[in-house]
Amino acid sequence: MTGPLTIFDRPNSHIGKSVPRPDANRLLQGRGKFVDDIQLPRMLHAAFVRSPVAHGRIENMDVSQARAFPGVMAVYTGADLVAHVEPYVGVLDHLAGLRSPPQMPMAVDVVRWTGEPLVMVVATSRAIAEDAAALIEVEIDELPPVTDMERALDVDAPVIHEQYGSNLAWERTVEAGDPDAAFARADVTVVERQFRFGRHTGVTLESRAAVVEYDPSENMLTFWYSGQAPHMMQFILAKHLGLPEENVRVVSQDVGGSFGIKIHTYGDEIATAAAARILGRPVKFVADRLESFLTDIHARDHVVDGRIAVTADGKIAALAFEDITGIGPYSMYPRTSAIEANQVLNLTGAAYTLENYRARARVVFQNKNLMSQYRAVGHPIAMVVADGLLEDAAHEIGMDVVEIRRRNLIRDDAYPSTTATGLKLDDLSHHKTLDRLVAVMDYDARRAEHAHLRDAGIYRGIGLVSMVEITNPSPMFYGIGGAPIASQDGTTIRLEAGGAIHVSSSVTEQGQGTNTILAQIAAGVFGVAMDRVKVTTGDTRSTPYGGGTWASRGAGIGGEATLQAAFALKQQVLVVAATILQSSPDGLDIVDGQIVDIGSDGGGGGGGKSASVRMSLSDLARTVYYRGNELPSDLTPELIATRHYRVTDVPFVFTNAAMAAEVEVDPDTGFVKILNFWAVEDCGRVINPDLVDGQIRGGVVQGIGGAFYEECLYSEDGQLENATMADYLVPMAFEMPDIIVEHVETPTRTSVLGAKGAGEAGTGGSPAALMNAVNDALRPLGASIHQMPMTPERILKALGTV
Amino acid sequence: MKAAEFRYERPESLAEALALLEDTDLDATPLAGGQSLVPMMNFRLAMPGMLVDLSELDDLKGISEDGGGVRIGAMTRYVDLAGSDLIARRAPLIAMALPYIAHAAIRNRGTIGGSVALADPAAEMPALLLALDATITVQSSAGSKTHGAADFFLGMYETALEDGELVTAITIPAPAPHRRFAFYELARRHGDYAMAGVAVSATGAVGAGCTDFRVAYFSVADRPVRATAAEAALDGKAPMDGAEAAVAALGEIPFAGDLNAGIATKLHLSGVVLKRALERL
Ligand SMILES: Cc1cc2nc3c(=O)[nH]c(=O)nc-3n(C[C@H](O)[C@H](O)[C@H](O)COP(=O)(O)OP(=O)(O)OC[C@H]3O[C@@H](n4cnc5c(N)ncnc54)[C@H](O)[C@@H]3O)c2cc1C
Repeated sequence: MTGPLTIFDRPNSHIGKSVPRPDANRLLQGRGKFVDDIQLPRMLHAAFVRSPVAHGRIENMDVSQARAFPGVMAVYTGADLVAHVEPYVGVLDHLAGLRSPPQMPMAVDVVRWTGEPLVMVVATSRAIAEDAAALIEVEIDELPPVTDMERALDVDAPVIHEQYGSNLAWERTVEAGDPDAAFARADVTVVERQFRFGRHTGVTLESRAAVVEYDPSENMLTFWYSGQAPHMMQFILAKHLGLPEENVRVVSQDVGGSFGIKIHTYGDEIATAAAARILGRPVKFVADRLESFLTDIHARDHVVDGRIAVTADGKIAALAFEDITGIGPYSMYPRTSAIEANQVLNLTGAAYTLENYRARARVVFQNKNLMSQYRAVGHPIAMVVADGLLEDAAHEIGMDVVEIRRRNLIRDDAYPSTTATGLKLDDLSHHKTLDRLVAVMDYDARRAEHAHLRDAGIYRGIGLVSMVEITNPSPMFYGIGGAPIASQDGTTIRLEAGGAIHVSSSVTEQGQGTNTILAQIAAGVFGVAMDRVKVTTGDTRSTPYGGGTWASRGAGIGGEATLQAAFALKQQVLVVAATILQSSPDGLDIVDGQIVDIGSDGGGGGGGKSASVRMSLSDLARTVYYRGNELPSDLTPELIATRHYRVTDVPFVFTNAAMAAEVEVDPDTGFVKILNFWAVEDCGRVINPDLVDGQIRGGVVQGIGGAFYEECLYSEDGQLENATMADYLVPMAFEMPDIIVEHVETPTRTSVLGAKGAGEAGTGGSPAALMNAVNDALRPLGASIHQMPMTPERILKALGTV
Repeated sequence: MKAAEFRYERPESLAEALALLEDTDLDATPLAGGQSLVPMMNFRLAMPGMLVDLSELDDLKGISEDGGGVRIGAMTRYVDLAGSDLIARRAPLIAMALPYIAHAAIRNRGTIGGSVALADPAAEMPALLLALDATITVQSSAGSKTHGAADFFLGMYETALEDGELVTAITIPAPAPHRRFAFYELARRHGDYAMAGVAVSATGAVGAGCTDFRVAYFSVADRPVRATAAEAALDGKAPMDGAEAAVAALGEIPFAGDLNAGIATKLHLSGVVLKRALERL
């Protein structure tokens, strides 16, 4: 009984248990190894001069003083790197019509955003590099900047890339059914809103960083990388530095958060690699917080004009919107800056039965930092638009917001189903999660309490969201468009001589606990204790080939590859064991590191009574590795197995959640206190409840950031005005409510493991619930707000107070 | 970013420190708790050639009785103010405000002298000193001077301090009998600088009319400011009785907007914090 049906029930399975993270001790004791911890002999340090203006032509750059500064080894301008770096272009074939010009790591003739790298100084210390950088004189002839995305398409707007004739980067319209006819129906109520979403960014604890070493004797480049897609980076470095791919090694050790920020191609990191190669000495670059704010990709930045039509009995008759989003002067390479808008088109209303739908997105260039994929790409926009319109419509027709959802959510027994835009949905549980949410939060009692409190001048509100999340993407996400981004991942598991196993996987750990869940799956499926598993991820030299961890795919895809590899290794071991023990593989099992007779411990688990133990794994391994003479010569044992896995048939594995926020608005100050937050989430098989809850909670907090606090504030001339942790507000412990997380488990049938993703749900769903809650609280005051972040000043404006 | 190169000195006597601070070529700069100065240096917004660390100067430390009032050495840290009985009794307004000044980790190092010398218009302490009618003693090699708080804070990060001078002490006069205090601020996140805040003191028995109001705002203008018209509107009344009139008189404040609040919002929130402070007075 080693089949897929029993792994979750085996008494020694670790799947579904809150196993503590094996790396927690190491990290808490300060023994983590982040890029900045790397010290190599002869290592140099890079600092950058960055554009002080949003748009301008470089007239002159005098680097002579910097070059002569003691301790400076090299100074490179953008032009100096032209011979060493092949430009990159952030477009993909499946995003038809997307355009973006070739980009170089540093500006060559025109600067297009404040913070764009201009000159790189390489010196014996970062402080010296900065001293020298301060001596560089840059003359820039300023050009009119395009900062307001809503005016970027005006006929008289300056055009950032002249060859295109306009600032339009991409445009897509999707349509289903007959929305015009539905909106025109006499029996529908139409609600229209404009939603505004500010720019924010990921704010990783560990900033972007690279240490690059080039060994000319082997023409070998090693890139220590703080990121989440090592093989993608390997391809990019090889292609753009002109090296054979196998001569580039990318290593991610510990990563202090990534959130999608570190999955892109950054000029300063590419320039660092180029410098290391030219100089033949290791070069380190660590972004400081100012550089992070100026250049780590920003996210969101949308204005959406949305409309919904509902019938008197609460059925959605049609949904339509226009989205405009500003992406900075280039589309980010290699994932592009159009995926977010595309997701907004694909996901808006995807939880609901929706026949008539029209959506248009326009993606425009502007002279601000690049915008691209950040945790929950497009999701908060889609959820805010759909569920914001739906709740407002419910109030318009006098229906409860839970009831209107019940009337429109796709039935739990209606799957497989498709969205209005044709995406396949399966194994979702909107009704079940909503029912559970309503019970957990004591919805009716809370509503009654709020009504009561309102009489006392206390304005509380509840807001909900029923969301979908895209996870476990298939090749349809990037690969189809020509991106060097694997959709499949692989795991190799090897039996060690001592009876432990070593797991090596192409998915990555960036703080969320991927390595822990891989160990849990491997240990449980194979049959050893957690402390007999070692995990390696993040090294292109030693792991199987794969995409890394993004789009909430680490557990679902890497986990399934690990499960399959553990099965395979177990079969290998049992074949060898059966030969040695003169038994049959079917009659044996592995329990807690011992080969046991099946049934002798009551059914393939439970720690194995001594009577049933036939031999230990280490005995078996040592026999194979050291004393092969004891084995029959026709037995050629393999104690290492590799399996790869990708999602086929569907483009993504969707997950769903129902969430709710309870807030109190102080109408005198515009301050909002988040009293409670509930998330009932269905990520399929829960592998480690503590880790999943951590993902949901952390995600909700990032959603709270976008909803109330975080915004990259640009002046009209394109200066980022709050590029410090003092002025850019991220929510901290005091701003976090208790977040109650519950699970409904509907395993995906696309894999044996059944795990979908869980990493982005909180970020994708919480802003909609929060905005709805604020509007619920404001409604008796005759006010509403549809702009994020919902700052005190904006709420006071919504109230007409200021 | 890394700080630019600087010389570091840690004198052991006040005289030695004052002598070092005369080095204007090196832009000799005092280092107190470093909670504002060091971040500015790390952003290279400040690039002093010499840091004169005040941490060994016992003359600048300690809280002591001073003729019924209190004398607070410039190097006294927030955490020490919070733990002081004398402060709780003689300057309860400071005790009320301390939990709102930054975070515990910063209060462990930040000093009252640093806050006063920095004169951040959003900082609480300068406004508290206005409301308390405190004086600020400064000293250079040439001798010492005492400024009233109202004459010390001249603008954004601008004070009456001259080159080579140190803030040595802050003196808070003995409170009159029945002197009452209140403090209220609105900050976007716990521990942040406020969007608007006010410190109020007045004399009068509970429930009775009060006189001698001092209403001092922070984080609404380019410096801490007293709202004198509002004070006049409150004079002689029980705090809440004069509240509406006081709020109506706030237009006199030279409001300055910031990233979190424009002028209209500052004005509005100034009224809110005043009412809330008066409720607590
Ligand atoms: C995250 C964060 C949040 C904060 N929030 C708040 C807040 O809410 N409210 C608030 O008021 N403050 C806040 N602060 C600022 C903190 O309180 C200040 O650091 C402090 O007030 C300055 O004191 P310091 O001892 O650290 O001075 P330092 O940083 O050492 O010095 C500040 C300036 O004063 C000068 N100086 C220092 N001492 C003297 C002296 N005796 N004589 C002459 N010049 C001197 C220095 O040369 C320097 O220019 C915050 C700081 C941080 C980092």
